[in-house]
Amino acid sequence: MNWQNSSAMNFREENRLSSGRRLLYRFHIDLPLWIGIILLSAMGMVVLYSAGDKSIDLLNRQFVRLFIAFIVMIAVAQIKPSTLKHWAPWMFGVGILMLVAVLVLGEVGKGAQRWLNLGIFRFQPSELMKIAVPIMTAWYLAEAPLPPRRGRLIMATIIVIVPTLLIAKQPDLGTSLLIASSGIFVLLLAGLGWKIIFTVIGLMTASAPIFWNYLLHDYQRQRILTFLNPETDPLGSGYHIIQSTIAIGSGGLYGKGWLNGTQSHLDFLPERSTDFVFAVFSEEFGFLGTLLLLAVYIAIISRGIIIAVNAQDTFSRLVAGSLTLTFFVYVFVNIGMVSGILPVVGLPLPLISYGGTSMVTIMAAFGILMSIQTNRKLVGA
Amino acid sequence: MAFNNHQTLKDHFHETQIFNQRILVAGIVMVFLLILLLSRLAYLQITNQKHYATLSDNNRVSIRPIPPTRGLIFDRNGILLAQNLPSFTLEIVIEHVDDLDKTLEHLGKLISISKEDLKRFNKNRRKKRRFEGIPLRYRLNDEEVAIVSVQLNDLPGVNINAQLSRHYPQGKLASHAVGYVSRINERELRKLNASNYSATTHIGKVGIERTYEDLLHGQVGFQHVETNAQGRILRVLDRTLPVSGKNLYLNLDSKVQAIAEQSLGDNNGALVAINPRNGAVLAMVSMPVYDPNLFVHGISSKNYKLLSTSPERPLFNRALRGQYPPGSTIKPFIGLAGLELKLLQSHDELNCPGWYMLKNDERRYRDWKKRGHKKTDLIKAITESCDVYFYDLALTLGIDNMSSYLAQFGLGQKTGIDLRGELAGLNPSREWKRRNRNLPWFPGETLITGIGQGFMLMTPLQLANATAAISKMGEHFKPRMVYGIQDQQNSQIVETKAEPLKNVPINDENNWLTVLTAMKNVVYGVHGTARGIRRNLKYTIAGKTGTAQVFGIAQDAEYKKEEIAKKLQDHALFIGFAPYENPRIVVALIVENGGHGGSAAAPIVRKVMDQYLLNNPDKKVVTMEINNGEVTP
Repeated sequence: MNWQNSSAMNFREENRLSSGRRLLYRFHIDLPLWIGIILLSAMGMVVLYSAGDKSIDLLNRQFVRLFIAFIVMIAVAQIKPSTLKHWAPWMFGVGILMLVAVLVLGEVGKGAQRWLNLGIFRFQPSELMKIAVPIMTAWYLAEAPLPPRRGRLIMATIIVIVPTLLIAKQPDLGTSLLIASSGIFVLLLAGLGWKIIFTVIGLMTASAPIFWNYLLHDYQRQRILTFLNPETDPLGSGYHIIQSTIAIGSGGLYGKGWLNGTQSHLDFLPERSTDFVFAVFSEEFGFLGTLLLLAVYIAIISRGIIIAVNAQDTFSRLVAGSLTLTFFVYVFVNIGMVSGILPVVGLPLPLISYGGTSMVTIMAAFGILMSIQTNRKLVGA
Repeated sequence: MAFNNHQTLKDHFHETQIFNQRILVAGIVMVFLLILLLSRLAYLQITNQKHYATLSDNNRVSIRPIPPTRGLIFDRNGILLAQNLPSFTLEIVIEHVDDLDKTLEHLGKLISISKEDLKRFNKNRRKKRRFEGIPLRYRLNDEEVAIVSVQLNDLPGVNINAQLSRHYPQGKLASHAVGYVSRINERELRKLNASNYSATTHIGKVGIERTYEDLLHGQVGFQHVETNAQGRILRVLDRTLPVSGKNLYLNLDSKVQAIAEQSLGDNNGALVAINPRNGAVLAMVSMPVYDPNLFVHGISSKNYKLLSTSPERPLFNRALRGQYPPGSTIKPFIGLAGLELKLLQSHDELNCPGWYMLKNDERRYRDWKKRGHKKTDLIKAITESCDVYFYDLALTLGIDNMSSYLAQFGLGQKTGIDLRGELAGLNPSREWKRRNRNLPWFPGETLITGIGQGFMLMTPLQLANATAAISKMGEHFKPRMVYGIQDQQNSQIVETKAEPLKNVPINDENNWLTVLTAMKNVVYGVHGTARGIRRNLKYTIAGKTGTAQVFGIAQDAEYKKEEIAKKLQDHALFIGFAPYENPRIVVALIVENGGHGGSAAAPIVRKVMDQYLLNNPDKKVVTMEINNGEVTP
C-alpha cells in the first residue's frame, strides 16, 4: 500500500513539474545531480587552470573529456534500470574475460598492466568493472529475498572477490579496493548480518600480517610505511605527502589566492594536476574553499542517497546506494591521502583531477543514478 | 527461482526497511569520516597554518649570495692592467642528474671536454655537496654556449653560469707586480671570512692582487630568490647589492715597464724604477715574465709544471725576492761611509797595483783591472770602480762600521713596499755571522764586503731605494706600488701618502756631493765605466755600474753544456738616477749573467729613463670616472 501511495504521489509530482523540468525528465536528467556535477566540473576547470600552469591546452583536453563524459552520462541515463539488470551478467562476464586478457597480453604501462589495446583506443577493463561489479552483485542478490541466505552470500562474495583479485594482480591496489568496496556496499545494503560484518572485520585484522607479507608489493608496503612516517624518506617516497601537507597547511583559512599557490607553481608539488590536485585547491582557496568543495561533494552524495532511498525496486536501490557510497570512498580516499591521513593510493579526485577513463566511469555511474531516478514513475505505474 | 507475488510484496517492505536502516548507518559513517577529514584539514590549515607557511616559504625562498665585482687595476696612465670580463662556465648539479655518465657523454658530443676538465670535475665532486654546481668547463665561447643552451632541457642538472672573470689585458706586462687571481684553495678557505667570500671563487694569489685582496674584493651582496624544486631561480624577491671592490691606480708606468721588459729581452733579471721624491714605484720588472691569464681559469698541470720547474724560474719575482750580491754598486755607499765617518778624506790617494794583500796573508785580492788603476782617489775609485781602493777603505772602516752605516740605507731590511713576499737581503756583520754560521769574522771577508761581494745580498728593490736615498741626500721613502684607491660608487680617489723613511744623517753635505759627483763621472768621466750611455743624453744621469761574480750554479738547476758558460758569467748591474740636478727617477737593474754592468745594464737603464723623463714625467696620474661599470677618463 505504501508503494502505491508513493507512486500516486509521484504521478502528481510529475504533473506539477514545469515544462523545463519535464523536458529534462524526458531525457532522463536529474536536475539537482546535474547542477552538482556542473558545479564540480567548473571548480575542477578553475583549479586545473592553475595546476596546469595556465595551460589552455590542458584545459581544452579536460573540457573535451568532460564533454564526452557528459554524453556518456546522458546516454547511460537513457538505459532503463531493467535493461541494465538484463545486461548485468553479460557485462560482468565480458569484464572478467578482459581482465584476464589484460593479465595475459596487456600492455605494460606505468609498471602495471592495466590497459587493453583495442586498436582504436586503449581501454582499461577495470573501469568497466567499477560499474559491472555492483550491478552484477545487486542483480544476483535482488533475485532472491533479502537478507541473502548463506549460499547466495558466498556466491556474491565470489562475484566481488574474483575481479578484485584480478585487478589487484595488475597491480592496481586503488582500483581493486574501490571495486571490492562497491561490491561490499551492495552486500551491506542488502542486509548482510552484523554478525558476519564484525566477524569479517575481525578476521581481516587478524590476517593483516599475512596480507602484509604475501599479498602486498614492495612499493605498496613502502607506501604504507611512508604514510606512517613520511619523514623517513623526505626526498623519496615521503616527498609527495610532505609537499602536499605543506601545500594544504600553508593555504590557511583563506588560501593564497587563485594562481598564487607557491607549492604548486614552483614545482614542489608532484602530480599536481592529477591525483594531488586537491592540494593545489586547498593551497589557493584555503579552508573556506575546501569547505565549499566538500559541500558540493556532500550535495551530490546526498542526492545519490535520496535517489537510492526513493528507488522503487531492490536492484535499483542497491545499485544507486552502492554507486553513491563508492563515489564517497573516491572523495574520502583521495582527500585523505593528499592530506596525509591515508596512505598514497593512486586515486583521482572525482571530476576535478585531470584524466580520462575514471571520469567517464564516474559519469556513467551518475547516468545510472539519473536513470534510476527518472524511470521511477514508470516502474510505479 | 520462482517467487509468488505475495512473497515479493512482503519482502519488498522488509527489504526497504533493511535498506533504509543500512543507508542510515552508512550516512552516519560518512558523516563521521567527513568530520575526520575536516578536522584534519582544520588542523593543517588553521591550527598549524604558520608552521606550514614557514615550511612553504623555506621551500621556495632561499638566500643566494651575489659576488661583488672585483676592483680594476690601472697604471698611472689610466691603462687597464686587470679587468673583469664575462665568462661562461658549464656546471653540473649532481643531485639533478639521472645518469651522470650519460650526461657527460652527451656533453662531450656537444663541446670539447678534455681529460683535464674531467679530472678536475671528479676532484671537485668529492669536495662539494650534491646540490651545488660543480664546474665542468670554464670559458665556453659564444658558439659553445649556444649549442649547450639549446639542449639544456634534455640535460637536467646542467647549467651555464655567466660570471665575471679576471682578465689581464696587458698579458705578460708587469705580471709579477700585478700578480694574478686563481681559484681559492682549501688553506685560504679556512682563513677567509666565509660569508664575504660565499659567492667568490677566485682570490689574489700574488702581487698587487694578493696584497690588496681586501680592497679589490669588495663586499658580498645577497638576494632572496624564489626557486622551484629543482633549485632554479624563478624570481628575485629582494636583494642587497654587493659593494664592488675598490679600483687601484698604480704608480707603475706601463710604458716604462714595457721598455724595460723589451730591453731585457731574453735575459733574466730585474729592474726597479722609483720616483725618489715620494717612493712611487714606476716600474717593477722581473724577467722572464709569464701570462697571468693562465692562472685565472685553472692552469693545466702541464703548463704549471713548465712554469714552476723551468730553470729560468719565471714565477719568481726577482725584483722583490731575488737576492743578489750588489757588487760594485755598493761602492758609492762605502765611500760615503768612509767620508761621513771621517775615516777618509776625498783627496786621499792610494796606489792601485791591480791587487791587494792583507798582512800575514798570502792571498791576493785582485782588482778587475789587471794592471791596476795606479794613483786613485775616491772620485776616481768610484768612476772607474777601483776594487783595491775599496778593499783598503773597507779594512779601514771595519765590518761593524760598514754594516751599521749601510743599514741606514735599508740594507738587510725590508723596504716595506706594499707588496707581499718581499725579502730583506743580507747585511753581514760580525754578530750576524756568529749567530748564523757560528764562526768568527775574518778580515778577508771585510775586504770583499767592500766591493759588494761575499755574504752581502740585496734585492733590486732595496738597491733602488738605497740609490734613491743617496740621490736625495739621505731622504728616502717607503716604496709604493699604489698611487690611489678609487671607490667605484662615487669615483672618488683616496691617494696613498708618501711615507718617509728615517733620513740618513748628514755630517757634511760636501761628502755627499763628492760621492754624487763621482757617480755622475761614471757616465760622464773619460774613464767612467758607463760612459757608453752618455751620447745624446738630454738630461744628466749619475750612476754606478756593478759586476757581481757568480759563485756557483744551484744544485738542482739543469743546464745544457753550452748554457753553463753563460750561467757562469757575472751578473751585470747598474744603479742610476736622473736628472742629476734634481732626480725624478731612480733605477736599479740587474741582468743575470749579463757580463759587465757598463755594457749590459747601463744602456737598458738609459732607455728606461729616456722613456720616463722625455715624456712629461710630472704628469698627473690619469684617473677614470666610473659610471655603472663604464670606465671613462
